[in-house]
Parts: sequence; structure tokens; C-alpha cells
Amino acid sequence: MDSLRIATRSYTYLDIFQNIEGKDAAMSDTQQGDWTQPAAMAIPKGGVFKDKVQQGRYGPIFPKSPSCYGFTIIAKIIPGREEVFYEYAKNIEKAVAGQPDCLAVLKLHYLRWVLFPIKGETYFMYQGIFDTDFDKYTEDAVALFSKYGINTVFENLEGFPADWKTNAPAFVKFVREHQCPSFLEYGEYPYVSSDEIKKALKVKAAFSNMLDQMQ
Amino acid sequence: MLENEDIQHILLTRTPALTGRYEFLSFRNAAGGRAWLSAIREKAQSAAEVMASVEKDKRWVTVAFTWNGLRALGADEGSLATFPEEFKQGMVARAEMLGDTGEYHPDNWVGGLASPDLHAIAILFARDAAERDRCQIEHDKLVAQCQGVEVLSTLDLEATPPFEYAHDHFGYRDRLSQPVIEGTGEVPTPGTGAPLKPGEFILGYPDEDGPPSNLPQPEILSRNGSYMAYRRLQEHVGRFRDFLREHGKTHEEQELIAAKLMGRWRSGAPLTLAPEKDDPALGADLQRNNDFNYKEMDPHGYAVPLGSHMRRMNPRDTAANINRRRMIRRGATYGPHLPEETPEDGVERGIAAFVICASLIRQFEFAQNVWANDRNFHELGNERDPIIGAQDGTLEYKIPKRPIRKKIAGLPAFTTVRGGAYFFLPGIKALRYLATLDDVH
Repeated sequence: MDSLRIATRSYTYLDIFQNIEGKDAAMSDTQQGDWTQPAAMAIPKGGVFKDKVQQGRYGPIFPKSPSCYGFTIIAKIIPGREEVFYEYAKNIEKAVAGQPDCLAVLKLHYLRWVLFPIKGETYFMYQGIFDTDFDKYTEDAVALFSKYGINTVFENLEGFPADWKTNAPAFVKFVREHQCPSFLEYGEYPYVSSDEIKKALKVKAAFSNMLDQMQ
Repeated sequence: MLENEDIQHILLTRTPALTGRYEFLSFRNAAGGRAWLSAIREKAQSAAEVMASVEKDKRWVTVAFTWNGLRALGADEGSLATFPEEFKQGMVARAEMLGDTGEYHPDNWVGGLASPDLHAIAILFARDAAERDRCQIEHDKLVAQCQGVEVLSTLDLEATPPFEYAHDHFGYRDRLSQPVIEGTGEVPTPGTGAPLKPGEFILGYPDEDGPPSNLPQPEILSRNGSYMAYRRLQEHVGRFRDFLREHGKTHEEQELIAAKLMGRWRSGAPLTLAPEKDDPALGADLQRNNDFNYKEMDPHGYAVPLGSHMRRMNPRDTAANINRRRMIRRGATYGPHLPEETPEDGVERGIAAFVICASLIRQFEFAQNVWANDRNFHELGNERDPIIGAQDGTLEYKIPKRPIRKKIAGLPAFTTVRGGAYFFLPGIKALRYLATLDDVH
């Protein structure tokens, strides 16, 4: 009897879990798709759907895709500066190890920094996948870059505005001019934010713990 | 050191006004506009003047201009080009990003506020209706003398009873959380945070990021100035009260729902400090009613819902760089009081307020675009600010609660934007500069 009662109670909790973290999470944002089905999105040239361009404070916003928001900035580096980029990667590694939430404001999933050659010149690709359109927290990002000295990387790119720290619009202009929008994006678990993933993993851990306690 | 004698009083002082009037003006020719400004600038008090004589004064005047208004007065193109892009574009062009769509769209605004011919605002705060009437007659005379100056519209302000404390038509106590500026000598109330660098609100001073930069030119025009975002928000009092009755059976339940939308009881008592029951003494006590944070005291929003108005408009310790997002609010209510138990009478009433900040895009527009209208703020998914967000009846409102949250679907719009504009609030010397532009050039 006891085990049956516990099982029943567990089901009740599971229903609640389902309601809060599952169905609601998928349904709550009416713009979002269904995270239970993988999805792909073909994006027109220019990176936006012309008939439904959303305006942000600094200009049009690139649409949310099954792999959330993101940007891919590709810019030529000042010749001879490759080493600065490699050195700086170590700084970021140290900063995150020392203070794991130091990049939290960017609402990132993943960052990929790549250096690659084209016709003897070196280019830098900064690809970020995140949960909010960059426009919303632009100033916070600029402040963060300043705080962690990411400027030491960006200042090695050709054409980066010298007064970027005090001139958010100039910074945004550089980013927009060097943004190469995707034309295909795919998500195995589309539209899900990193906070939702972390919450789900925490709930899973809590359930495992609860079940352990019931043995 | 703040140059109080060169800063218009609205930026730094609050006046004991119970009434007032806004006049929205258009200048058909530059000379007429400058003649009007030459006369009215004599009446516009500085912060220093108001600080010295507020007890005996009966009226307080402020003047400010749109970008088109600065051009209409004769500012040269070189100078006009140095203003920030969002101010040049004006609030109408920024409507979609601000959430002013559908019913809130500038096409539906009143009083000529959406017109490019809107050039200036004269703000009158008055101690009583008799003084307002006197000033109105004086101003009518002045406008009649200035060729080409046209009044597009006016709005009379009225405090709503009871008059002992400031509150809106919904009954929420107002003026509880205002940033304090370094150098004013004002002591922040507990919980308000340390005084902020003046450059967050006044042009020409260091801000939280360092020395001033990218200021409009010439310096005499921008120094001691600021920007004001004007919002005329109609409050649907009948709809609001119906909503409370629909979601609360008893008076106590209705008050709790009202508190959950705002984050404070209507008395002003914050839910962080009075989660279960209203505490009017706390609400009225400035030493206590702002003394709380969210990260430690209420991380999940069990007291103050994550999407409540108070939490969105000032997320305190749960937002990055909060000191760069603060705003000064000024303004008043307009329209007649709707007594309790009186059905909606269809008469427009609401709040006509100004958000004052050094950067419209970083402060006001961020608050409007992200804090008020980002549906995914705090991962909420399908919500906007329940009081001032762009609501169209399709969004929800979640009230965290153990074991299961309460979710209200189809939240109605309790307010509607009826107008707005971006104004530049020049310093006192800048007013003289603008009034004598013809002589300068």
C-alpha cells in the first residue's frame, strides 16, 4: 500500500513537473515553436524576413531561429596580431574559471572564436549563440567587454571604432557591418533557452536525489 | 559641483503642486518662437531658485523642445546633427520598438503629439486651481503676442484625492523609489542605492562610466540639459477594478491581486517586506518602504512576482549595470477621480509623466523595450509589464506561489498610451542661447 501511495504521489509531482516545465515552457511564448520536435529554418538573403522585420533600439533585429539568437562577426585582423588572440583566449578561460557567471549577462549558449586565412590575410570569426537579440542588452555587453578587456581582442580588428567604450552606437555599427547572417539554422531542441535547459537539468538532478532518498 | 542655477528645476526638485497644465506648441516661424521663448524663459525657474523659494512660490514653469522644435527656433544644421539619433527621430518613429502598436499606435494619439509640428512643451505646476487659471490667462496673452506660435493642445493636471500623498488613479502610492544624484546633498532612503553620478541625468557631467562624451554642440546648448520622454497613459480604472473583482472574492483577495501586479500594496508597502498582509504604516515610511533587494530576499518572486511592474522597472540587484539604467520620473495625474463603487464613466483619466535621463536609448528606451515589453524578461515567456506594457489581451501574468503558481491568462490592458514625445530640456543659459539664436548667427 505504502509503495502504491508513494508511486501515486510521485505521479502527482510528475504531472506538476510536466505542467510547469514541459507543456507551459513550450507553449508560453506564442512566437516560439515546439521544442519537442527538431526544426530547421531557411533564412533569406540579408538575414531577415522582409515582411516581418522587428525593430530594435539600434535597428532591425535578426529573427529568432530554432537555434535561438546569435551572430557571426567576421573581420580582418591587423596583420601580425594573431598571437594576441591566442593569448586572450587564455584570459577568458581564467576569467570564467574564477567567476563562472562573469558572462551571464550575454545569455550565451556557446561561443566559438576562429581564426582563418583568406588569400594570405587572417580573419577572426566571433560566433555567439544566445537567448536574446543582441540589441536588447547591447550596452551591458559593451560594459562587459570593457570590464574583461575583450577590447584587447576587438581593437586588433581593422576598422574597430577607437571610441567604442563611450560610443555604443559606433560599436553596434561595427558589429552590424561585420555580421554575416546565417541562411540556415537548425535546432535539435529548438528555441530552448540555456536557463530552461539548466532548470530542467536541476529538476532532473532533484528527482534523482528524491528517488534515491526513497530507496 | 552641480550648477543648480543653470539647471531647470524639474530635473532636481519636486514642487508641492496639486494642479498644473501642459501646453504643446508649434512655431510657424522662428522669430515668433524665439519671441515666445524670450518671454517665457524669464518664468522658468532654475533648481537653485526653487530650492530657495519653494515654500512661498505658487507656480513653477519648465520649457523643453523636440528636435524639430530646435530647428524651428533656428538652430543650425551642424548643431542639430550632433544630437543622438533616437532624439532626432522622435518618439513616433520609435513607436514599434517602444511597443506603441495596435491601440497604442501614434495614429491613435491625441493632442497633435504625433505631429512633426510639435515643437515645444510648456509645463506648469501650480499650487492650486486659481493660480493655474491665472497662469493660463497670462500664457494665452503671451501666445497671442507671438506671431506664428500656435497651441496644438493642452492638458490640465489634477491630483486625485486623498491629497495627503501622491498616487495614481488606480490608488497606488507613487514617488517611492527615485535615484539620488551625487552632489545634491540629498541622502538616499535605505534601499535606494548610493547616489549616482550626475551625468546619468544631466549633460556635461561625469556619468557612471566616466567623463562626458558625445554631447550635442555647441556646449552652451547641451550643458546642464537633459532629455525627457513624455508619456500620456490613460488608466482604465473601471476595467482595473472589474479585473480585481473577477480574480478576488473578498476585499483582501482583491487587494492582494492589485499588490501582485505592482509589487507593492496600494499603500506603498512592498511585498518583499509585507508579503501576506498590507502594512500602511510601512507603506508611508520612507525610511523602510524601499529597503529591500530581490536576489537574496525574493529570488523566485514568491513575494514580488518576477513580472510585476516594480520588479520590471527597477530590477535592483538582479540586473546588470543597473546604475546606467536609472531614470528620474516627474509628472502628475490628469482627469477626474473615479470614486470607488462608481462604474466606469468613459472619461479619460491617467498619468502624464516625464522620464528624465541623459540617454533616451540607454535609459528610457531600454526600460520600455526590454523591462516593460520583453515577453521573455526573467524567462517569463509570454508576459509584459502588467501596468504599462503593451497588452492586447493575449498575454498572461504569473504569480509564483507554492506549491503551484497562479497564472492569469488574457491579461487586459489597464493603461493605453494616448501620446508621447521626446523633448530636450535645456539649461537656463541654453534657453537664452536659443532665444537669441538670430543674434548669434
